[in-house]
Amino acid sequence: MKIACSPGQANVIGSCLHRCGTSRNAETNEGDSGNGQDSMNRAARTIKGEVSIAVCGEAGQGIKIVEHLLTKVLKRAGYNVFATKEYMSRIRGGSNSTEIRVSSNRVAAFVDRIDVLIPINRATIERLRNRITDQTVVLGEKDTYSDVSRVVDIPFGKLAQDVGGEVYANTVAAGVVTALLDVEKGILDSYVRQLFSGKEEDVIKRNLAAAAKGWEIGGHLRTSGELVVEIERSGTPSDELLLNGAEAVSMGAIAGGCNFIFSYPMSPSTGVLTFLAQHHSEFGIIVEQAEDEICAINAGLGAWYAGARGMVTTSGGGFALMTEAVSLAGMTETPIVIHVAQRPGPATGLPTRTAQEDLNHVLYAGHGEFPRIILSPGTLEDGFYLTHKAFNLADEFQIPVFILTDQFYIDSYYNIPAPDLSLLLNNACIVETTEAYRRYEFSEDGISPRGVPGYGKGIVSVDSDEHDEAGHITEDLSLRTRMVNKRLKKLELIKQAVIAPELVGSDRYEILVLAWGSTRNVICEALSDIARKDVSLLHFKQVYPLHGSVAEKLRKASKVVVIENNATGQFANLIKLETGVDVSKKVLKYNGLPFSKEEIVEALLDLR
Amino acid sequence: MDRKALELEDIDIAWCPGCGNFSIRNILMTALAELDVSPEKLVIASGIGQAAKLPHYIRTNVFDGLHGRALPPATAIKAVNPELTVIAESGEGDMYGEGGNHFIHAIRRNPDITNIVHDNMVYGLTKGQASPTSRRGFKTPVQVDGTQHDPFNPIAVAISLGASFVARAFAGDVDQTKELLKKAISHRGYALVDIFQPCVTFNRDNTYQWFKENTYYLDDTHDPLDRIAAFQKAIERGKMALGVVYVNRGKKTFEEKTGVYEADARPLFMRIESRTEKLRELIESYRN
Repeated sequence: MKIACSPGQANVIGSCLHRCGTSRNAETNEGDSGNGQDSMNRAARTIKGEVSIAVCGEAGQGIKIVEHLLTKVLKRAGYNVFATKEYMSRIRGGSNSTEIRVSSNRVAAFVDRIDVLIPINRATIERLRNRITDQTVVLGEKDTYSDVSRVVDIPFGKLAQDVGGEVYANTVAAGVVTALLDVEKGILDSYVRQLFSGKEEDVIKRNLAAAAKGWEIGGHLRTSGELVVEIERSGTPSDELLLNGAEAVSMGAIAGGCNFIFSYPMSPSTGVLTFLAQHHSEFGIIVEQAEDEICAINAGLGAWYAGARGMVTTSGGGFALMTEAVSLAGMTETPIVIHVAQRPGPATGLPTRTAQEDLNHVLYAGHGEFPRIILSPGTLEDGFYLTHKAFNLADEFQIPVFILTDQFYIDSYYNIPAPDLSLLLNNACIVETTEAYRRYEFSEDGISPRGVPGYGKGIVSVDSDEHDEAGHITEDLSLRTRMVNKRLKKLELIKQAVIAPELVGSDRYEILVLAWGSTRNVICEALSDIARKDVSLLHFKQVYPLHGSVAEKLRKASKVVVIENNATGQFANLIKLETGVDVSKKVLKYNGLPFSKEEIVEALLDLR
Repeated sequence: MDRKALELEDIDIAWCPGCGNFSIRNILMTALAELDVSPEKLVIASGIGQAAKLPHYIRTNVFDGLHGRALPPATAIKAVNPELTVIAESGEGDMYGEGGNHFIHAIRRNPDITNIVHDNMVYGLTKGQASPTSRRGFKTPVQVDGTQHDPFNPIAVAISLGASFVARAFAGDVDQTKELLKKAISHRGYALVDIFQPCVTFNRDNTYQWFKENTYYLDDTHDPLDRIAAFQKAIERGKMALGVVYVNRGKKTFEEKTGVYEADARPLFMRIESRTEKLRELIESYRN
């Protein structure tokens, strides 16, 4: 058996913080405009089709506000938007940045390229230094950024002081960008009012004034030709939803009937707990911050046992504390939905960064042998539909079902059409018990009807010890063997319900790229950019168990390549183990950042 | 209710002859029968250990989970279906050692459950090591020079956290313990009953005789509503007080605090209705 994992066969990406902005997108971006001011102003540039805007500053300087204003306003105005942030594990200071892509086409991937950079303070651009090229236009005080080749002189500090203080610099910046993109001012004003609606009238007025100042400057840049951004508006995005991964997963949970969550806050998984807490009263959800992850999952199991639909949300370290209870779910055949938002480890690792390092962790968590399902959304739509489905799968098969996301997925926003709710049925699997009811009655498919205490005349007994059909502790070893077989028998049915992987590209591929979870969109965009007919993507929304068709699909390819955000190729190894097919190449990245489109383009172009 | 409703047939009880667990099982069944708690509406959640096997010997709904983890599922079960009578039951090693963090936070949450702790000051199932409540100097194969630490005081800890009901009982006193259990189960809110119980196999120090000599019953002069007096009883040296030590009236239960029963009293399993309309409204709000 040979698994490609020697350094010579694996592409490791991202050994520096960010790669330089290579692979410029010639179709959507031009260099200098033909504008007559070129010779006068090095900043002059016309950007067409798509723009990548980066905003950087310290934690606490309001980058989040710029992100919020720009994504909402630009989407409302009819642009496709995508925003992703990278931030340090601290409350104030440091260096954080948000990337906002605005496009005439749907976009949902991180790019290295920065077309327009808005630094809220000078020091923070150093972290982005190797993404700043001679094409990058920096908006800021000319004197402060004299070392950058293209600067559009905007005295943000002074402008902000004029309306009431430095804190308004971010709103000025948002005004500049919306005007550059020729957005109706009314849209900007209404979102400024909405965003600051909880604040004093004075604060709202000052923000409106700041937005107006920026708006004026942006308009001037556009009309003078100093900085022109030309992106077609299709109209549909304005009517779509703007969501991030945490919201997609949370809404999916609500759709799946989730009415119970005990969890302990842990980046990057907390957004799901927060979302369900904020909507608990309208949907009747019991929400509690547990004292630890052990309480969280044991309470979740108690909740399912008594007839609720419970979930937990956590990250690798918190999930480590839950593993004994995962085994309890396996033994007691109690359903549970477990959302694990991955971040780099081991141990505390990089708390606010991204990784796909916990596939093995969730795949093998829990002592003993029992079935499980692992789902990993690639798109926001997946996050919604898969989480909904997770509750029904858990209920139907009486097993733990995992939703495996990561920081990049959870924190990234983009516009999507509203999901179709008419398809979302929930199967209630609970039965009314009779006096003769036995929780673990042997059945042909291994699934025993699940009763709950207080519903019917029966008694519902579940036990973490090996047990008899009535759920009472036993040391009868032949019964033990039958119970193990019963629990594992469920795998046959589970395998019939596996979600097939999605083939993106031609089905007459030479090279097949495998990916799972959050890397889907970046690989799709890169594939569409390079237009190689011989390369297709097979993306897995369900990573365990694998669909029955996978081995055949792999054997059709002359070369199988796996792209994943970890150092050891965990999914590549699972593929080998489950299908027997060798993976010829692994493209890996594990510096805490997501793959950029440029990195994937380069990796795909290198494939022979 | 006839006590027979709680009897299970064909049970093979794993306790040592003479174990205090038999007495606790017997007393609990009588208390439940006298309170008319029907087995179908009763759930006993337990952890791991000899005491935690108790629900397997009573006709009741059972959640026999992990070591130290009876309280989180018990809290959840009551929260999900407040119509059930829920008891979290286990030994002191399970509740105060392995599950100590849950003990603290269950008291803070105040679910309307009864927490019965079999307290024999020794680990039985792992064959005779010290437990959190073992007295100083208690010798075992692990604590070879005798336990060096002061024992955990569950009564004082529970009172310091403002637990809504705190009692201590002795398994050798059938009538008194039965009355204490009835009070605890009837009490609305979290109720702790720490039951002293001899381990006839592994604890030769704290015998039936020892408990008789080292405990006394609180009389009418003790006001369980007086927190300071209760705390004094909890930490006094010498003989240990039995009876209702502390009651903290008027605390909201966890189930009430969840808010899900304000407009609808039905347990959650009866609410599998469509959320499509409300969800659509929520989703619509993300268009803007």
